Amino acid sequence: MFGWCGKIAEINLSEGEHKTFLPDPEILLKFIGGKGLAGYYLKNHVTLDWDDPGMPLIFFTGPLVNTRSPTSGRMTVMSRSPLTGTVGDSSAGGSFGTELKKAGFDGIIIKGKSDRLCGIEIDDGEIIIVPASHMAGMQIGLAGSMLKGKGSHAVIGPAAENGVLFSNIIIDGHFAAGRNGLGLILASKMIKYITVRGTKKTKISDPEELDKARQDIFRLVSASPVLSGNYGISKYGTAALYDLMDARRMMPSDNFRKSFFSSARLMNASSLKKKYRPKDRGCRGCNILCKKISGNGTIMPEFETLSHFSALIGNTDIETVVSANTICNETGMDSISAAATLSCFSEISGKRFTPAYILDLLNDMAYKKNEGEKLGKGAARYARTTGHPESAMTVKGQELPAYDPRGAYGMALSYATSTRGGCHLRAYPVSHEILRKPVATDRFTFEGKARIIKTCEDLNAVVDSLTACKFIFFAASLEEYSRVFHAVTGINYSGQDLIKTGERIYYNERMMNASNGFSAEDDDLPARFFNSFGYEGKDMTIGPINREDFLKARINYYKARGLDENGMPLTETANKLGI
Amino acid sequence: MENLFFKYEKKLVESGLAISGDPLLGILDAEIEWNRRDGSQKIFEKVFENLNINSLIFSKPKEPYYSIINYLAKISGKAIRPSDCETRTFFHDLPVSLEFSADSIISMLKKRKCVIIQGHGIISYGTVSIEQAFITFSSVCFSCFVKFFSDYLSALKSGRPNNDFINIFEKVSNFTAPPPHLNNSLLKSPFYTDKEVFSAICEAGSLLVGLKLVDSFFGNISFRHDDTLFISQTGSSLDELDGCIDLCPFDGSSCACITASSELPAHLEIIKRTGHKAILHGHPKFSVILSMDCGIRDCSSKGVCNIKCPFERDVCGIPVVSGEVGSGSGGLCNTVPAAIIDKPGVIVYGHGIFTTGADDFNLPFTNLLEIENACYREYFKRVSNPSAAPSQLGF
Repeated sequence: MFGWCGKIAEINLSEGEHKTFLPDPEILLKFIGGKGLAGYYLKNHVTLDWDDPGMPLIFFTGPLVNTRSPTSGRMTVMSRSPLTGTVGDSSAGGSFGTELKKAGFDGIIIKGKSDRLCGIEIDDGEIIIVPASHMAGMQIGLAGSMLKGKGSHAVIGPAAENGVLFSNIIIDGHFAAGRNGLGLILASKMIKYITVRGTKKTKISDPEELDKARQDIFRLVSASPVLSGNYGISKYGTAALYDLMDARRMMPSDNFRKSFFSSARLMNASSLKKKYRPKDRGCRGCNILCKKISGNGTIMPEFETLSHFSALIGNTDIETVVSANTICNETGMDSISAAATLSCFSEISGKRFTPAYILDLLNDMAYKKNEGEKLGKGAARYARTTGHPESAMTVKGQELPAYDPRGAYGMALSYATSTRGGCHLRAYPVSHEILRKPVATDRFTFEGKARIIKTCEDLNAVVDSLTACKFIFFAASLEEYSRVFHAVTGINYSGQDLIKTGERIYYNERMMNASNGFSAEDDDLPARFFNSFGYEGKDMTIGPINREDFLKARINYYKARGLDENGMPLTETANKLGI
Repeated sequence: MENLFFKYEKKLVESGLAISGDPLLGILDAEIEWNRRDGSQKIFEKVFENLNINSLIFSKPKEPYYSIINYLAKISGKAIRPSDCETRTFFHDLPVSLEFSADSIISMLKKRKCVIIQGHGIISYGTVSIEQAFITFSSVCFSCFVKFFSDYLSALKSGRPNNDFINIFEKVSNFTAPPPHLNNSLLKSPFYTDKEVFSAICEAGSLLVGLKLVDSFFGNISFRHDDTLFISQTGSSLDELDGCIDLCPFDGSSCACITASSELPAHLEIIKRTGHKAILHGHPKFSVILSMDCGIRDCSSKGVCNIKCPFERDVCGIPVVSGEVGSGSGGLCNTVPAAIIDKPGVIVYGHGIFTTGADDFNLPFTNLLEIENACYREYFKRVSNPSAAPSQLGF
């Protein structure tokens, strides 16, 4: 078999045992890997409570991982989200996916629950479960240092152990499997860490063809201003987007009550670079190198973190942003959710933030202290329990990232339809609405956006299944990646065949959410975006979204996706997609 | 969708790519909408049903493109393989089908952004916008034009082209003409305000397209004003630059110009090296064609001329350099800036022309126009006497 290992490990912590099984080749073709295969193996269990011992936590690589395919060193982690109750998944970087393939596995499925804190160590096909009580409460950096020599590691921090609903799993010290509270799933199973290393090679069908396809992709990457330009992600990290969001007046500020932050120019990527002089780092096998880390190991905040820990909460101290990012990383909390929950808290309580107060509250969240205990449940729960549900800027209970939807209507629709709640990455309309790739679309219209969002969700579903990085699709397309897929696996799928697979993968997620009661009512935005202005200036106006237009676009989306008018799956569509 | 239909049909016609009333445009959101009724709609509805696309253009290209594309389709087998830089980077090759059926179109479009149906026309699609379909359509015409005239010159140099080739060449040559001369001057420096700079850039862009020197999406423009470079955005249309110009501060204090043209690194370096303020870059056809007409035999860089050329070459006295789009080690940002110092312009192999001006766009525009004029004349001179020595600066 080319590309895949053809072997999956299933670990049962309740029994303290594991087994391996061979996946049906037809299933590999239908769901490919990563997000697709993880969804396939989650589906039959997804109606269980997130902390039910039977709820699987799934790590899946794709056929391109551990090959020379560009940006393929990623994987998907999936379970049911403790934060939202939806499908909970994250595409994560670092070396874990690559090492998992080297160890001989396409994926691991973890079920059951250990009776004490444990670690799982995978070494070239051997799997052992070891006690880890001595690591209880340890922060990410210290835990990582104790795991040196054991390969790549996925670790949870104190936030997960203390029940924070948006706690992350941190890969190799600073690559987050974030957003959905996947760290809490690991904690619920009493797992502190997983390590993996291996020596196996992934068989490639046509190495020469792979080299040619790589050259085509690299040529496109070089031609991409967003990736390789003087002000692109390679040079500044994703923080490069900060100035653009400011210029487009769609930087969420003051808990999304405004979409403009007057101090933005002091808080941007250029300021970070000047102050910290970070070096370029990246995931295994990646040449974009979007991760920026200073000489003393301080991790530079990503765009979302930089924006939310400045504009959203009214902070004008760049060092506080970096410190907040460090706390989130070290304790294992999702920085978008943490910042958005703080801004919700500020709006409801009327309290303004000082740098020290921000950092204190973050620590309180992670360690379940004082007000932090309530805040650790996320903005939606906090706002509801304090009687102000309208102050939670969430979709399906997940805090919104740093693109104000009033400034980009495709983003508005994609926030609403996302299967994991408020998320920019499912359809990533920033690509065409803001970054002009593959071409620019009108950001202030819903016209045509239903089909576009559906297509882009399908695209990103398959990208997360191959696996590859979404960033490279600012330059390349499935036209090039289908050649990579063919060269690696020997399977002659066109770009359109791959995107059809993405459609199946995404529909499968809609079906899982529907089985947990999610419907059109949940595919919606907070009322604030329909009744208030984000920005009114001489240069432009960012007005409220017309609700009728939004609802019409949502209906169009349901039609394009093959759902009923309530957003529920149709047997006919499922059959057509072979689910 | 009416506005979009109107806009892109007009662009196809005004660019000389199609005849008015011929283009069939379809856009799918929840339902497919068409710009007009057509007998082939059923075929394309099946195409929409089977592909994850949101828009489509089908049209017979206008002459000379129709004859050129049909000829190349006939002799190229399953795909036309142009060697100009943009096509190599963004399109790879252009598939050809003899069959005008939904199944055939679907199977071709599954792999590429367009398909040429021999004797019928070009089908191109978009996944997020009909603009993609338009750019692809335009690129097919451009790259086939360049390939046809390049191949003809090569055929003449290596012997006698076959009669079919000669006949088509004679027919399509009648549709070509040298670019017109510029009668009026462009806005003159000094420019004091941002608004004046925007106007100057927009005027130059519109004129490049209006005089048919380049198609809408084939070029970029910049101007230095104080400590900021004003530059056209990536993927912007030269004749619609209003609102599509990024401001790039030289001190690197803002990344807002992350959406600037792919050629930003080259523009910055050219400004630094020449001290000039205005830069024009466009892809006029005969400059591109002649840049690829190299008489050097047994060259060690054969096949990678677009990336590295060991020789100092020129066309009509204008330096020809290698270099690809963007910022890689083989990028034109590493070759053009040094070559353009004290020259009227530089031609990038298989790609296009860069010209500069100290204060405004008058000189760079005139130079770009004249370089293309010189290349046009030189091309037909070489065709009439393939063994003659190349001309030096022709203006």
